[in-house]
Amino acid sequence: MAEIPAALLLLADARLPAGGHAHSGGLEPAVAAHAVTDLADLRDFLHGRLATTGLTGAALAAAACAYAAAYAPDADIPPSGDGSAGGRRGWRGLDAEADARTPSPAQRRASRAQGRSLARAARATWSHPGLDALAAEVRAPHHPLVLGAAAAAAGGTPRQAAAVAAYGAAAGPASAAVRLLGLDPLDVHRVLADLAARMDEVADEAAAAAAGGWDALPAPSAPLLDLLAEAHVRAGLRLFES
Amino acid sequence: MGARRAAAGARGRGGGAVTRRCAARAAVAAERDAHGRTRCTRLRSDGPLALRETAEGVHLVGAAAGPLGGDVLELDVAVGPGARLAVRSAAAALVLPGDGTSRLTVRARVGPGARLDFAPEPTVAAAGCDHRSAAEIALAEDATLRWREEIVLGRHGERPGRLRGRLDVAIGRTPLLRHELRVGDGHGARAVLGDAGAAGSVLLVRPGLAREAHVEDGLAVLPLAHPSGVLITAVAPDAALLRRRLARGERVAARARGETAPRGLPADQETASAAAFRGAETPDSCS
Repeated sequence: MAEIPAALLLLADARLPAGGHAHSGGLEPAVAAHAVTDLADLRDFLHGRLATTGLTGAALAAAACAYAAAYAPDADIPPSGDGSAGGRRGWRGLDAEADARTPSPAQRRASRAQGRSLARAARATWSHPGLDALAAEVRAPHHPLVLGAAAAAAGGTPRQAAAVAAYGAAAGPASAAVRLLGLDPLDVHRVLADLAARMDEVADEAAAAAAGGWDALPAPSAPLLDLLAEAHVRAGLRLFES
Repeated sequence: MGARRAAAGARGRGGGAVTRRCAARAAVAAERDAHGRTRCTRLRSDGPLALRETAEGVHLVGAAAGPLGGDVLELDVAVGPGARLAVRSAAAALVLPGDGTSRLTVRARVGPGARLDFAPEPTVAAAGCDHRSAAEIALAEDATLRWREEIVLGRHGERPGRLRGRLDVAIGRTPLLRHELRVGDGHGARAVLGDAGAAGSVLLVRPGLAREAHVEDGLAVLPLAHPSGVLITAVAPDAALLRRRLARGERVAARARGETAPRGLPADQETASAAAFRGAETPDSCS
């Protein structure tokens, strides 16, 4: 793989001031429902999330990265994979694809809230015409779109954008698990390290899919996680937004 | 049954009877006539996809077991402007292992003012199966839809094989829902489906449905980004409870308009909404 631009590490870093710490990636509702109680449960949860929301988000991020890169024609990045029948549908078209893959209103809201925060942080950090166009066309874009566009701005490839998205899909809930379950951070990081190869598989599948049309991007669902996400909105006492 | 499948295979593949694979393409088309009645203008059965007109609409009456691994089945459904079609099935489909991946693709076009109600019996994923299903649905702006999919994860006491189902629905050129369920690929199944023995969904598309999400045990009613779409998803230990949960979800989706609308909603509006819901079950289609 191409060498990782250091700027891309900023994007993957939890210290990026983009409000990611306010979201548990569905872990808090799973903990509240006693579906996740220990390290073994957490491993299952992260596996399931990677295979569903993680893959969907990674594919959207890869597509967004390719599309954003087309705004900067001198960049050495593959052209956009929007081969859909409707032709180039713009950022709103990709945002609609994210909507169609997110049936849970709670998860749509969480994705847009995180997208808006990330857009603010990314545009303050990098200047890129693709990122600017996204912000101009969609008021609060879905998080994977912003992540993909920011990855392009940081000089990353669609495959790297997908890797950052897949990593975030697991690392976010993992760090929330330390707070929610009082797990040893070293144990949790061991779980994440064991998942790294799986993150790469997800990023490979996502990037390969993003080379085709937006219509056909993966859309794996997680019925239980959708259910828990909606239940969470109604829960009284909670540490995380989602 | 074996002979029948072999015959179907021979017809579909020009002499491939030894493989026992089927390639079948069935079709149904419904149109509204000058008197406003829906008529079936096309009904083509092929191999294991046998279609029969009934009082309710059109029934899939499995002419063979399956699908089996290696089968490639396609069903085209066309509902013309203003027409109404209900599609049912006589029995559950049992997806069995065989020679490779089995595939079922359903393509549906629903015209302006038309209604499609597609609710076959469940698909049972047997041990060792490798099945892919895809539904591609194109709706006109004011078309209405009820689309139910139910999957039973293995026969009694059995773990299912691999199953991948995808539903793609667009209104005009806008995607409404793209929804996949992947079972048996070994990735975090417990987090995705818990210990459910059955999972399913009903997609409703018509004006006036709930705009507030609703959750209860094993059931979620999820208003989509498009104001006319609601996805009901459910998981359950068995097919019977799954069906009850989905039915309950449909009632919630249809009724919630009355609950969440401002007070003073004209009574006839609520009645009309309820009637439209019941209408999805009435036998005025394709008969």
